[in-house]
Amino acid sequence: MINRHFVLLNKTDNIFVCCKQLLAGESTNLEDVDVAMIVDITVGHKIARKAILKGEKIIKYGVSIGSAIKDIDFGEHVHMHNIKSDYIASHTRQSRVGEA
Amino acid sequence: MKGFLRADGRKGIRNIVLVTYLVECAHHVARAIVNDSNSGDVQLIGFPGCYPNGYSLKIMEGLCTHPNVAGVLIVSLGCEGFNREQLSNTIKASGRDVETLVIQKSGGTKKTIAVGLERVNELLVTAQQTEIVPMKMSELVVGTICGGSDGTSGIGANPAVGHCFDRLIKDDAICIFEETGELIGCEQIMAERAITPELGVEIMKSVEKAEHYYTTMGYGSFAPGNAEGGLSTQEEKSMGAYAKSGSSQIHGLIKPGDIPSLGGLYLMDVVPDGDPLFGFPNIVDSAEIIEMIASGCHLTLFTTGRGSVVGSAISPVIKVCANPETYENLSDDMDVNAGKVINGETSVQQSGDEIYDLVCRVSAGEQTKSEELGHQEFVITYKKFEGIGPSCMPTIR
Repeated sequence: MINRHFVLLNKTDNIFVCCKQLLAGESTNLEDVDVAMIVDITVGHKIARKAILKGEKIIKYGVSIGSAIKDIDFGEHVHMHNIKSDYIASHTRQSRVGEA
Repeated sequence: MKGFLRADGRKGIRNIVLVTYLVECAHHVARAIVNDSNSGDVQLIGFPGCYPNGYSLKIMEGLCTHPNVAGVLIVSLGCEGFNREQLSNTIKASGRDVETLVIQKSGGTKKTIAVGLERVNELLVTAQQTEIVPMKMSELVVGTICGGSDGTSGIGANPAVGHCFDRLIKDDAICIFEETGELIGCEQIMAERAITPELGVEIMKSVEKAEHYYTTMGYGSFAPGNAEGGLSTQEEKSMGAYAKSGSSQIHGLIKPGDIPSLGGLYLMDVVPDGDPLFGFPNIVDSAEIIEMIASGCHLTLFTTGRGSVVGSAISPVIKVCANPETYENLSDDMDVNAGKVINGETSVQQSGDEIYDLVCRVSAGEQTKSEELGHQEFVITYKKFEGIGPSCMPTIR
């Protein structure tokens, strides 16, 4: 755990995982750098450990869990809006068959 | 630990009588018999479809001859496609008591319920005479599945189950993990854990099959709740799910209803063979639990982040909650709070030891939360499988 709110699962990861919710506007110290949350970050969600470029792999548990589909800032929420699977599309309650 | 000794030599940790209907048309009569029996030891299972299917017959045979089962009452309408003769013969051959009632030959609803109740009461009397004998950890079969996963599942609950599995395998128990579709992205590292290179190839092939199957279906094994809980991609969910398997070598690759005979870790390939035929591989978590039980699992470790409340017919389900907020909200349904790992209150190892201790207590008769609450969820669907290849069950240790 790097602070009360985030955990680094593997030293090669480029994301942190939230273990205690942090609301939009609240700041946290990530490896000696302060950063404010732009959106609410709830338990289980990810934020960027560093700036990630479009096309770069997202590393969690030390392995790739997908690719960035746009540039991601340090501290930004990392989720379905800015990363995608390299295998099979994810879906939400609003999705239609075969669409992400 | 003590077990109920069956005529086929297998030992159960529960002692139940099953009433099973073989088509939806017989469901009401079967349910009425179970309700009228007024006994917690009588449980209802069944299959809804009228068309015959090799897979559902195999699963039903596995369930009706499960070590937790003392006897079975089969309730058939009469004209459905389910092979009731083969089911009955398989149960008989296992030394268990079995009775078949055919509604069309028994005078309809009222009369079949009345006769069924008599039969169930007789089956209960025989069940109560089952010999109780010492049972070792090495005789235990334990499965694991995850449901309602979120971003916490792969951090606390799943690796804790993995640690528990490592301990059980040290005891020479049989442990089974599954859902090749939820292991997409893990195939390479998983194949490297196979005890033979040939088994590694079979594992790679099973995950490729899953990817193809789910791609054709148009959805991965990924529910909206997974995304709300912070999981973004199939392979992220997979890596979390994979942690349930612990760190032991993988001894075999089985299909639903196959029963391993040697202690060790097994992967269950739940994705049907051939082109997609009957729809999604497993429509819901309970279908996976039932497949685990059909492969002999005495109990199932179910990890959940969003908060599933299900249990199962036949075998107890231990629910391990990954998310501390979910645990607070649903503590009446959860057996283990692995959310303490997320809060930093406990280690993965301590949480895994807690699960191991509970496995021992539940095997010795302690009721799980879902058992106390009366959960007996049950689903079998249509599927199609070919048999496993010779490399899937290596005999070398």
